[in-house]
Formats: sequence, structure tokens, C-alpha cells
Amino acid sequence: MGLMDKHAIIEKNATLLLVGSLLVVTVGGIVEIAPLFYLDNTIEKVEGMRPYSPLELAGRNIYVREGCYLCHSQMIRPFRDEVERYGHYSLAAESMYDHPFQWGSKRTGPDLARVGDRYSNEWHVQHLIEPRSVVPESIMPSYAFLKDTAIEVKDFSTHLIANRRVGVPYSEDMIAHARDDMIAQADPNANTSELEGRYPKAKLGDFDGNPQQVSEMDALVAYLQMLGTLVDFKTYDEAAGYR
Amino acid sequence: MKFGTEIVALGLFAFVALVAAGFGVDEPFRQHMWVLFFLLLGFVIVLLRNTSFAPAASVDPSAYMDGPIRYGAIATMFWGVVGMLVGVVIALQLAYPDLNIEPWFNFGRLRPLHTSGVVFAFGGNALICTSMYVVQRTSRARLFGDNLGWFVFWGYQLFIVMAATGYLLGITESREYAEPEWYVDIWLTIVWVAYLVLFLGTILKRKEPHIYVANWFYLSFIVTIAMLHLINNLSMPASLLGSKSYSAFSGVQDALTQWWYGHNAVGFFLTAGFLGMMYYFVPKQANRPVYSYRLSIIHFWAIIFLYIWAGPHHLHYTALPDWAQTLGMVFSIMLWMPSWGGMINGLMTLSGAWDKLRTDPIIRMMVMAIAFYGMSTFEGPMMSIKAVNSLSHYTDWTIGHVHSGALGWVGMISFGAIYYMVPKLWNRERLYSLRLVTWHFWLATLGIVVYAAVMWVSGIMQGLMWREYDEQGFLVYSFAETVAAMHPYYVMRAVGGAMYLAGAVIMTWNITMTILGYQREEEPMPASIPSLQPAQ
Repeated sequence: MGLMDKHAIIEKNATLLLVGSLLVVTVGGIVEIAPLFYLDNTIEKVEGMRPYSPLELAGRNIYVREGCYLCHSQMIRPFRDEVERYGHYSLAAESMYDHPFQWGSKRTGPDLARVGDRYSNEWHVQHLIEPRSVVPESIMPSYAFLKDTAIEVKDFSTHLIANRRVGVPYSEDMIAHARDDMIAQADPNANTSELEGRYPKAKLGDFDGNPQQVSEMDALVAYLQMLGTLVDFKTYDEAAGYR
Repeated sequence: MKFGTEIVALGLFAFVALVAAGFGVDEPFRQHMWVLFFLLLGFVIVLLRNTSFAPAASVDPSAYMDGPIRYGAIATMFWGVVGMLVGVVIALQLAYPDLNIEPWFNFGRLRPLHTSGVVFAFGGNALICTSMYVVQRTSRARLFGDNLGWFVFWGYQLFIVMAATGYLLGITESREYAEPEWYVDIWLTIVWVAYLVLFLGTILKRKEPHIYVANWFYLSFIVTIAMLHLINNLSMPASLLGSKSYSAFSGVQDALTQWWYGHNAVGFFLTAGFLGMMYYFVPKQANRPVYSYRLSIIHFWAIIFLYIWAGPHHLHYTALPDWAQTLGMVFSIMLWMPSWGGMINGLMTLSGAWDKLRTDPIIRMMVMAIAFYGMSTFEGPMMSIKAVNSLSHYTDWTIGHVHSGALGWVGMISFGAIYYMVPKLWNRERLYSLRLVTWHFWLATLGIVVYAAVMWVSGIMQGLMWREYDEQGFLVYSFAETVAAMHPYYVMRAVGGAMYLAGAVIMTWNITMTILGYQREEEPMPASIPSLQPAQ
């Protein structure tokens, strides 16, 4: 009896067919994905990575909400043109606290992995309100409503707690001060020494030009301005990081 | 009482939605719960108006249950037109950005509405209704579970509406093709398990000794989608009364889990399921047996084994470790073989019936679907080669590739299956008009050709402009210049998409008239055997 004839056994037994196909489709995922969770060299050792500050996280949530990733990648590939255009190629470590990742798959607009510190806050606000007033060729939608929308600061610590539950190292201290840190980061007159201790290199000040309220514009610009600025590439060993 | 349990359950469910609308912690969640509340209230009112206290009429257990299939065929057409219309709108937004209306109708919120609309609403309904049709007829058994088929149908529509309204309100996980938030995901899980029970239960009570090959594909599609959906959507809500959740995985692990899901949404949702459709409807419409039984066995096991490995080709040259990228590329290239095996099996089913291509526009549509399947499953492995991908990734070439598969293969085979099923489901002698099918065929085919060709050219242009250097070693183009260069192509792409949409609208008209029982008076299609001419 040939192999093909034996197939009749599976064809007559729905349970065998179900279990058989389920087993066959699990193999690929197990071999490819599972090792990423235990192989040490999956994520490079770098200095400078820290969890997002509450304002940055709120900004990132707006980035996620508006589907920015559909047109902007956050993943610079190791090619000459991309490195010259956008900066050092992206490391796995740089998105280690990203739930979810926002590498993207399409560049209708430019890559944003290192957009932090490239433009002024005023430029970002103007660009988000009326993109074609600063980049005439742009086809980006307007996001003027962000400036008029106050951010919901109440209970923001629950977002830090949810992140901690999935592995982001937020300390008790960070969670306890989530609300204060969020307001302080966008307030030019606040005492930010504690905030800076918890979140080194955090960008401070009034982002959207309206110090009266913490708007969604403040949060989004705070997030954009820190993108790609955390890792210190002067201390990064490329040979050791190669995988 | 007819619908007694349903009314009570839906009423309770509506009450829960109302409470959540009152106590939700974020504004989008509260709005979303109001949407849910009014939807459920609508369901309850419709059921209350149709309830009766007469004893339930007995059902003939040997008769096929076609009610949910009829609704499913209508839903497929409805969502198809909606999804494609949103596609044309966002295509125009890329050409004319002033068409963005913030915040609800910005590109970033509409694009998931388009992709989910065509993949899950149009494609999903086509899969669910054809699978219910095929499994009953090839098993000679009525659908398992009394009203389970209805639950699957309406539950799935609820999922679609909740996902779609969520996107517009800004409720999204922003993980491609898995955008719905945690509570919508949980609802889909419930519906999907019910679907699996419905399908498997019907197979288990079959009166045929063998399980027909189309059902292997449908079954593997259902079970694999369940696995992918469950693992990829693991996430931690910030609050049980809020819309926001955080993915269980981060960065590189999240990326590969997501593309393992994402590529197999293509592999199992858009391929395996629709191959099930091909294995039933092509032989039926051509009135020929499947070309090779052995080839279908090899095709089935090879394709489901190989597809699942292909995800990493979406992450070439990213921070994903090289070994995983290479593995993904190797398996993607191998995938070419079973894909073409399936294409050959489908095409060769027409052996001895090729003349039908001239006379039967439905067969023509199915053959064009298989041809596009062959083309896009060649193009895909080619684009998964790292050297090619270094150019094509991030460009519109990818979008062109997806649409040659989605419009060409998925769309055309679904249209063919619906054209086949509708006259039978409503006991009509024939379709309202075969001439209109021909119109649909040509509009769709030309629309795809325009769309795909434009996206190939513009995608390659875009990739080349990004990497162009002058003799002094400077980059030639700023990014903004590459955006400006895309404009004429974006306009032409919208034209191609609009042609495809026009074909679908014609089909909707044709199907509606068929259901209403009309037959268009028209010149019949040329007969398959030309009438003999007397010798001069």
C-alpha cells in the first residue's frame, strides 16, 4: 500500500485531519519565534535605554491611535543611503520597551526612528497642524485637533502598570509619580529634577506653545523629540552587537 | 417562545454595554460602547418584532440549512463594495491630501478600515458562506447545531461593525491586519470557536465516507486562524473599562509574532480558505473532476507546512536576527512550488472544457483568478529574496503585489463562487444577466492591470530614487521630492481601483436582480459548439 493510499485514513477521520494539520502548522512558528525569547544575542547590549516617560508614552499612544506607522517606518536598514538619510541603523535594543513595535512596513513618509532633535518643537507643531505649510510636497493629513484636545491624565498610572505586567521595568516610584511627571514634563516652570532622575534625557518644556494645558500635541511632540535619542552610539560596540 | 433565549441574552449584553458606556475610563471607549449598545438594542427590537408563541415548526433534518448562506452572500457583496469604496477614497487621499477630514476620516484611521473591510468583511463573509455551502453538499449533511450557523453569521457581522467603528474612533492596536482592540478580539475568538464547532460538527456527521479536499483547506484555514489570532493578540488592557491595551510582546519578538500572524493571514485566510473555494466551485462550474487527486494531497500538506515559515520576509534587513531572516527567505522561495502545484491543479481541471472560456464568463473569471494566483505567488517569493527586498521594501511595489493577489485571486474567485451559488440558493433558473458578468470581468481585469502596473513602476521608481547618488557621492533626491514624484501614479492607481469597484457595483446590481427573480432579455452568449454553416 503506497503512501498516497494511506492518506485515505486521514481523509476518513476528521479528528486526525484536524490534529494533523494543527501539528503541521505549529512547527514553523515554534522554530522561528520561540528562540527569540531565550537567545541572549537577540537584543544587543546597549547603554541608555529606559522606559518611556508618562508624557512620551501618552504621545506614543497617540502615534499608535492615529495609525502613523501606516506611512512612517521606525526601522532604519543598514544601507548607505538610509544611514546617510536617517542616521545609524536601528538596533533591536531600541524597541525593547515598545508594546507594540512600530517598525512599520511602508514609507509613504520618511522614517522616524531618529527624528528626535532634528527639528524644533515649533516646526513639529506647525507641521502637524498644516503639513504643507512647511513641506509643500507633503501629502500628510492635518492633525490640528491634537492641540485642542487635553490629554486624559487621570489614572495614567494604570498604563504604566499594564506595561510593567508585560515586562517594562517601571519602578514603584515611576508609577506613583506618573501623573505629576506627566504634567511636569510639559510645564516650563516645574521643578523637573526628580523627573530627570527617573527618565534621563527626557525632553522638557512647553511643546505646543500653550502652557495652560497638557494637550495631545504636547504628548506627541514629546514622543517625536525623543525618538532615537536614547542610545549613546559613542559607546556602542558594533562587532559585539552583530547577530 | 421563538427567540426567547436570544432576546434575554442580547438584552443583558446591551445592558452591560450601557454600563460600560457610562463608566468607561476613556472617551473613545465610551463612544464605542454607545455604538455597541445601540447595535444590540437594534437586534433586540428586530427579534421582538419577529417573535411568536406558536410552537416551533419542525425542521427537516435532511434538508440543507441555506439561510445563513443567503445572508452571507448578500453580506459579502455589501462589505465588498464598502471596503473597495474606502480603498478608492484612501487612494484619492494619497493623491489629493485635502480629502483627509480630521480626525475620523484621516488616512491613518481609514486605511485599516479598508484593509479589514476587504480582507475580513468581504473575504471573511465569502469564506464563511461558501464553506457552509460546500461542507453541507460534500458531506450530504445539514449544518451542525440548530442555530449555530446563524450565531456565526451575526456574531461575525457584529465583530466587523465593532472593529470598523473602533478604527474611526481611534481604537486600534496598530499592528497590521490585527488592529482591533482586546475586547473586540475576545468577541472574535468566541465567534471563531463557534465557527470551528459548526464546521467540524458538520464534517463529523457526514454521510460520505471521505472528507472532500475543499474541506481540508477550509478546516486548516479555520484552525490556523484560531491559533494565529489567539497568540498574536495576547495583550494587557490598561483598564477593563478602557479601550487601550499593550501587546504582550515587545520590539523584535512582537515584530516577528506580528508578521508570523500577518503573513499567514495571507497564507491561510486569503489563500488556504480560497483554495477550498477553488477546489469546489471550479470543478462544479466546469463540470469536470479535479485534475489530480495526488497533486491535491501534496498541495495541501506542503502549502500548510511551508506557509507558516514565511513571516520573516516582511522584516528583511531590520533588527530581526539574520538567521531568522534567512530562514524566512528560504521557506518563502520553497513556497513557490506548492503554490504553483495548486495553480496547475486548478487550471488543469479545465482539461477538455477549455472551450467554456469563450462561452461562460463565470469560468473565465475563475480562470483569471487562478492565473493571478499563479502570478502573485511567483512575485511573492521573488520579493522575499533579500537583494530584491532591499529595493522593494517600504515602497508601493509591495502594495501592488498585495493587490494583484487580493483583487486578482481573492476577489475574482469569490465573485465566481457567488455567481455560481446565488441562482441555486434562491432557486433561480439562471443569473439576471451573463452579459453583465462579462462587463464585470473586463472592468475588474483591466482595473487590476492598471493598478498593479502603476504600482510596480512607481514602487521601483521610489526605491531607486531613495538610493540614487550623484558622481560626488551625495544623495540626489530629498525625501519630499520622491513624494512629489509619486503624484501621477497615485492618480492612476485610484483610476484602476475605481474600475475594479465599478465592476463590483455592476455585480451587485446583477445579483440583486437575480435574487428578486428577474431575467434580463439579452442576446445569449455564443453557444459552445458553433452552429454549422451550409457549404457555399
